[in-house]
Amino acid sequence: MLEQYLPILLFILIGLVMGIILPMLGFFLGKREPDPEKNSPYECGFEAFDDARMKFDVRYYLVAILFIIFDLEIAFLFPWAVVFKDIGLFGFVSMMIFLTILIIGFIYEWKRGALEWE
Amino acid sequence: MDTLIYLILTLLKIVVILVPLLLSVAYLTYLERKVIGYMQVRIGPNRVGPRGWLQPIADFVKLAFKEIIIPTKANRFLFVIAPMLVLAPALAAWAVIPFADGWVLANIDAGLLYILAMTSVGVYGVLIAGWASNSKYALLGTLRSAAQIISYEIAMGFALVGVLMAAGSLNLSAIVSAQSGSLLTWYWLPLLPLFMVYLISGIAETNRAPFDVAEGESEIVAGFHVEYSGLLFAIFFLAEYANMILIAALTVIMFLGGWLSPFQGTFLEAAFAWVPGIFWFLLKISVILFSFLWLRATFPRYRYDQIMRLGWKVFIPITLVWIVVIGIAILAKLPPWFN
Repeated sequence: MLEQYLPILLFILIGLVMGIILPMLGFFLGKREPDPEKNSPYECGFEAFDDARMKFDVRYYLVAILFIIFDLEIAFLFPWAVVFKDIGLFGFVSMMIFLTILIIGFIYEWKRGALEWE
Repeated sequence: MDTLIYLILTLLKIVVILVPLLLSVAYLTYLERKVIGYMQVRIGPNRVGPRGWLQPIADFVKLAFKEIIIPTKANRFLFVIAPMLVLAPALAAWAVIPFADGWVLANIDAGLLYILAMTSVGVYGVLIAGWASNSKYALLGTLRSAAQIISYEIAMGFALVGVLMAAGSLNLSAIVSAQSGSLLTWYWLPLLPLFMVYLISGIAETNRAPFDVAEGESEIVAGFHVEYSGLLFAIFFLAEYANMILIAALTVIMFLGGWLSPFQGTFLEAAFAWVPGIFWFLLKISVILFSFLWLRATFPRYRYDQIMRLGWKVFIPITLVWIVVIGIAILAKLPPWFN
C-alpha cells in the first residue's frame, strides 16, 4: 500500500520543477530593461508613498482563528464519517453531542457579531 | 533495474496526465473567451489560426517573451517561489483522480484527505505572493482572497464529510463505485444541498466570478498578482484554471458518479456499454466547466460582505443540518441509497 505514495511524491516534485522551469524560461527569454519607474510598486500612476505593509482590518485575523476551529472540527469528523456505517447509533449520538457543543460556540460567535462584515 | 523501470513508467504516466491537463487549461481559457463572447453577442478571439484555435499558444508565447518585473521593494526570494507554491499543489492533486475504473495513478485509501491537503496548501502561495509584492493593492487582494478561500474551505470540508458518510471510504475510486446503480443513486440526489454548496464553494475557492472580489479589476486591479508579469503571471493563471478543472473533476467524482454511465439501470444501458468510462467522466467535467463560464457571464460580482455572509451564515448551517439528516437516513437504511 505504501508504495502507492511514491507516484504522489514524484508528482509533487514534477509540479515544483514546473514551477521552477517556467520562471527560468521567462527570465531567459524575456528582455531585461530595468527602470526605476517600472520597478516601483504599482500605485495607479502615483509615486508610491508609505510602506505597503500597513495595518489591516482585525476581522481577517478573526476569520483565520474561526477557520482553525472549524477546520479542526472537520478533521475530527473525517474519521468518524468513514466508519459511520459500522458504529451506528452510538457513534451518531456521540457526534451529535460534540456538534451541539460546537454549534453553541458558533451561535455565540454569530450573536457577538464576529461574522459581520457590513 | 526493476525500480528504474517502475520509476520511468510512473514518470510516463505522470506526463500522460499532465500534458492533456495543461492543454485543457490552455483551451479552457480559449473556450472561456469564446463562450462569454457568444453570450455577450461577440465573436471572441478569431484572428490567430482558424477560428482563433491557436490563440492560447500565441498568448503563451507572448507571455514567455515579456519581461519579468520584480518590484524594487519586493522580497525577491518569496516573490519568485510564490507562483511555484500555487502551481505545484494544483497539479499534484491530480495524482489521485480516477479517470475511469482502475485508471488512477495512485490508488491510495486516503485520497480525499490528500486532495483536501493539496487544495489547502494553495492558499500559502497566494498569501506569500501578496506579502512579497509589497504593494498596497497586492496586500489588500491577498487578505481578501485568503479570507475568502479559508471561509469556503470550511463549507467544502463539511460537504465532503457528507460524501464520506454516504460512501464510507476516503478512496476516490470507492466513492465512485459506491454510487453505481442508476442516475438516481448518484450522490447529487441524496446530498443535493451538499452538492450545491460544494459547487458554489468551488467557484469561490478558485476566486472565480461572481466571487472574484479578490481580483476585482475595477477597484484593486488584479489583487494578489498585480505585480507579477510574464511567465510568473502565467503560472498563477495556469494554477487557477488547473484548480477549476480539479474542482469540476471532484464534483463529478463525488456527486455525479465519476466515470459511471448515465444510462446505467435503464433500457439504454446495453446500447451505450461500448462507451469507455473516461468519456463520461470528461463529458461531465465539461458540463460543469461550462456552467462555471456561464455563471461568470451571467452574474455581477458580489460585494465582499455578501460573500462572507454566504459562506459563514448560509453554507455552514446548511451543511451542518444536512450532515445530521444524512446520519439519520443512513441509520434508517433509507432505500435506494443506504440499504
